[in-house]
Amino acid sequence: MLTLEGVEIRRPGFALAADLAIENGARVSVLGPSGAGKSTLLSAIAGFLLPDAGRVAFDGRDLAPLPPGRRPVSMIFQDGNLFPHLTAFENAALGLRLSGRLTREERDRVARSLDRVGLEGLGDRKPGALSGGQQGRVALARILLRAQPVMLLDEPFAALGPALKRRMLALVDEVATEIGATVLMVSHDPQDARRLGGQTVFVAGGRAHAPAPTAHLLDQPPPALRTYLEG
Amino acid sequence: MADRPQPLGAAGAAGLIAAAVVLALTLGTALLTLSRAQGVARLGAADWAAIRFTLGQAAISAGLSVALAIPVARALARRRFAGRAALVTLLGAPFILPVIVAVLGLLTVFGRNGWASAALDLAGLPPLDIYGGHGVILAHVFLNLPLATRLILQGWLAVPSERFRLAADLGFGPPQIRRHIEWPMLREVCPGTLIVIFLVCTTSFAVALTLGGGPRATTVELAIYQAFRFEFDLGKAALLALVQLALSGVAALLALGLAVPQAAAGGLDRAVERWDAQGPWHRGGDAALIALAAAFLVLPLLAIFLDGVPGLARMPASIWGAALRSLAVALASGALTLALALPMALAAARPRPGARMVEAAGYLSVAVSPLVIGVGLFLLVRPIANPTALALPVTALVNAAMSLPFALRALIPAARATEAIYGPLADQLGLQGRARLRRLILPRLRRPMGFAMALAAALSMGDLGVIALFTDPSAGTLPFALYGLMGAYRMDAAAGAALILLASSLALFWLFDRGGRLDADT
Amino acid sequence: MPFCACPLLSDLWESPMRRTPLAIFAALTALPALHAAAQETPVLTVYTYDSFDTEWGPGPRIEPAFEERCGCDLQFVGAGDGAALLARLRLEGGNTDADVVLGLDTALTAAARDTGLFAPHGIEVPPLDLPVDWQDDTFVPFDWGYFAFVHARDFDPPANFRDLADSEAQVVIQDPRSSTPGLGLLMWVKAAYGDAAPEIWEGLADNIVTVTKGWSEAYGLFLDGEADMVLSYTTSPAYHVAAEADDTKTAAPFDEGHYLQVEVAARLAGSDQPELARDFLDFMLTAPFQTAIPETNWMYPAVTPEAGLPAAYDGLIRPGTALLLSPDEARAIRDTALDEWLTALSR
Repeated sequence: MLTLEGVEIRRPGFALAADLAIENGARVSVLGPSGAGKSTLLSAIAGFLLPDAGRVAFDGRDLAPLPPGRRPVSMIFQDGNLFPHLTAFENAALGLRLSGRLTREERDRVARSLDRVGLEGLGDRKPGALSGGQQGRVALARILLRAQPVMLLDEPFAALGPALKRRMLALVDEVATEIGATVLMVSHDPQDARRLGGQTVFVAGGRAHAPAPTAHLLDQPPPALRTYLEG
Repeated sequence: MADRPQPLGAAGAAGLIAAAVVLALTLGTALLTLSRAQGVARLGAADWAAIRFTLGQAAISAGLSVALAIPVARALARRRFAGRAALVTLLGAPFILPVIVAVLGLLTVFGRNGWASAALDLAGLPPLDIYGGHGVILAHVFLNLPLATRLILQGWLAVPSERFRLAADLGFGPPQIRRHIEWPMLREVCPGTLIVIFLVCTTSFAVALTLGGGPRATTVELAIYQAFRFEFDLGKAALLALVQLALSGVAALLALGLAVPQAAAGGLDRAVERWDAQGPWHRGGDAALIALAAAFLVLPLLAIFLDGVPGLARMPASIWGAALRSLAVALASGALTLALALPMALAAARPRPGARMVEAAGYLSVAVSPLVIGVGLFLLVRPIANPTALALPVTALVNAAMSLPFALRALIPAARATEAIYGPLADQLGLQGRARLRRLILPRLRRPMGFAMALAAALSMGDLGVIALFTDPSAGTLPFALYGLMGAYRMDAAAGAALILLASSLALFWLFDRGGRLDADT
Repeated sequence: MPFCACPLLSDLWESPMRRTPLAIFAALTALPALHAAAQETPVLTVYTYDSFDTEWGPGPRIEPAFEERCGCDLQFVGAGDGAALLARLRLEGGNTDADVVLGLDTALTAAARDTGLFAPHGIEVPPLDLPVDWQDDTFVPFDWGYFAFVHARDFDPPANFRDLADSEAQVVIQDPRSSTPGLGLLMWVKAAYGDAAPEIWEGLADNIVTVTKGWSEAYGLFLDGEADMVLSYTTSPAYHVAAEADDTKTAAPFDEGHYLQVEVAARLAGSDQPELARDFLDFMLTAPFQTAIPETNWMYPAVTPEAGLPAAYDGLIRPGTALLLSPDEARAIRDTALDEWLTALSR
């Protein structure tokens, strides 16, 4: 279970409080107005910033002492998800070995993961020679190999068309299921949240609210969410 | 986003060590010299006049070099033409020439008896009078405009092509491009470039004196010569060096404070294609600018070439030994420069307290008097070793320190951009220490590393080959041999040696600069 | 790419090879010591200016000649020019490695004597062919020359400094703060005109194209046609005749006389080879050394060899009056002369 206990993050002109728990294996969308602190919430979980109060824990273990790379977390950013000087294969392989020196068996695993996300035969390409969707798939292959119990996605596929985005979200779900991971995804599109299903954390007014079932929340939004959704 | 306090880490520690080495070479040598002084040194009115003159001419030279470099770099950034690559490489040449060679080349073109005066004479006009304050500035612009152009051009090339695409999509004309893309880039790149050139010009001595037309053009370095050789007043020499260092340090911090790092955005390294400024007016203007700048820079080089060819046959065989020694020193110096600059750039690139101080420390090395560095090192080394035997290693080390500011200028913005764009992903993956260096930083910094190594090696080969008190006439470097030939009346052989020096410096520069670019992105 | 393999400083530190730089450093520093220890033969260390020991200087001719005679190892150590030479000695003080210093001139000897580092030469000085009387128990002259303005033969030169000041002639000179001839010119004007020197300099200001750091820059500018005349030596044209068969350069005789540069050597009081040092000073005034001077150092030998001077010296001007301030006078007026020069030329 991923828990945020009495977490408070304060910056000049900005404050965010969170007190919530997320079951392992859950699918959670993070919705809310721009600037409310959706990305900040993910950053606190990933370890890029330390809360001013409270604690972030996973399965009861305080994550505070762990730097980002040691946390049980994989993350997809808005951009900068692949190293342009490495091939798709090498980028994916970072999920297994940072040194890039792989055994034969590990090479096979990387190749299988690329096949799994639909990139057969594209392992030698560098990101510049891949489409946006293909780049996302490389990142997912890496996440598959890292097999961390928490996946954080920060508006990952905002640049993709609707059909492609749908397919990528389905792939996210499959990958998460395969490695048994919890998914937290920031989005500004309620349709993404519906598609992901599960629960939604609504972030607004300086507070990240406890997760509530997405369908129910979107069908009968509380006033603040209604303002956000309907303007 | 990276609010988490950054641990110092191995890279940070290495950066601090490198900065300490540089400070020891600069501040340390000056303080050591001061400690040997007898009595309290005082600066007189003439010394303050020298300081004022030095700062004034350096500021004008730097300002003018950068102001002229901006349009030239922009023209080069947005035009493709045959010979562009060669021209960009040649841009490195004036800067790496030994001062005496550059001055004589410049005078062949702009002197009283030079080509320009001959052309004026044909038109019935009086010859140019190059000697005076304007001569100093002309020479400094000749020496530094190319470097400024290179550094600013790098800034232009670092703008992600996506931004130009967006600009084209929004129908931006040149004024909007200037405002939204070029101005923010220039605000980041120019202050550092300005300060580097300012600092280089502060230690100018032979150029300022020769083209300044006399003792009106007395710089601090000449005052230091006077204190050391004429009066043997070590205290005054060191004090002058320290005053210069302090003023330069203040200037460096001010300029760095003006620099506004851009919010970096990831581009995918596709070749920069431009859709703006395609009108005939803009094309013609750019073509004229490039032609003018090329003529200004290439004509003196051509003069050196033409002077040197007949001398090639008259060079003594020993010149090749000197060339080999210079090559060894240049390669060692280039490697040392990177070993110092890379950790410093990485330390300066991360948002960490003291990052700016590390950067400033790196810039100072070029502002400290070469003579005082020589004296300080001599005092340090002599009790334990024979300075003559250490001539070449010391030359390599001092050259490396002197090249550092240029290396940092190239590396820091690239390191910053790499951290900003790929740092979070690397952190998230736990890519730290050596693995981060090998898999992220070195590949991303290849281009500026190539440039830094190229510049350091070429500078070492050319301009900086002689350190006061650390010379070995029996095993001298190429610049030393060149001075030797001139001192022995063998001006034609010296011109041949100058040509060898120019060619080998350029070859080194081209090799490493190109090596850094070979399939660097993709 | 080689530089990709470049380790960070930290890596170097962590690597098992971390001692390598230290080892190299130690080896480098130990080398000269080992070298010296391996020598059975005594070593005589002579500090001199750089150009003395280059392949075109006298060094390579003199070294084997003296070594054959002394059964020792003669080692030249180059230390910039004359003024830098003295500065280096002062930095090193009593524990200098030098046994002999060769290449100071009379502008420096007063300061050199005051360091107390030098010992009386203790040799029998043969009759010297100097245009002035020479008496000194410490410094032994080995060559000399007159400062002069060198010009192309087809240029009509002024006859003296006042003429020059009144003429349109353009000259290049060297800065006295960084150059030996530059300082020589300062002394020349002072010796010829005394208190009227400032007036001479004011008159010359518009004739001086520019002032250079050293002799090479000035001479290079002159050869490039930037000026009609350059401050050099009366012997300079001999180089062009001897080496280039070029008779088009000559020196302008000035009727107030020409200032003399006398180059001297001396032995160090702290030398561990006092006998060898004395032998060297002795040798310095004999034919093998003196014959090497005219066509390597392009100066007049202190003792004219029996064979006479090279043919290239025949066409040189011989000034009627030799000007030379005594070392003490030279030191006493130096700062005033520099101030006058700076004031006149900074206008």
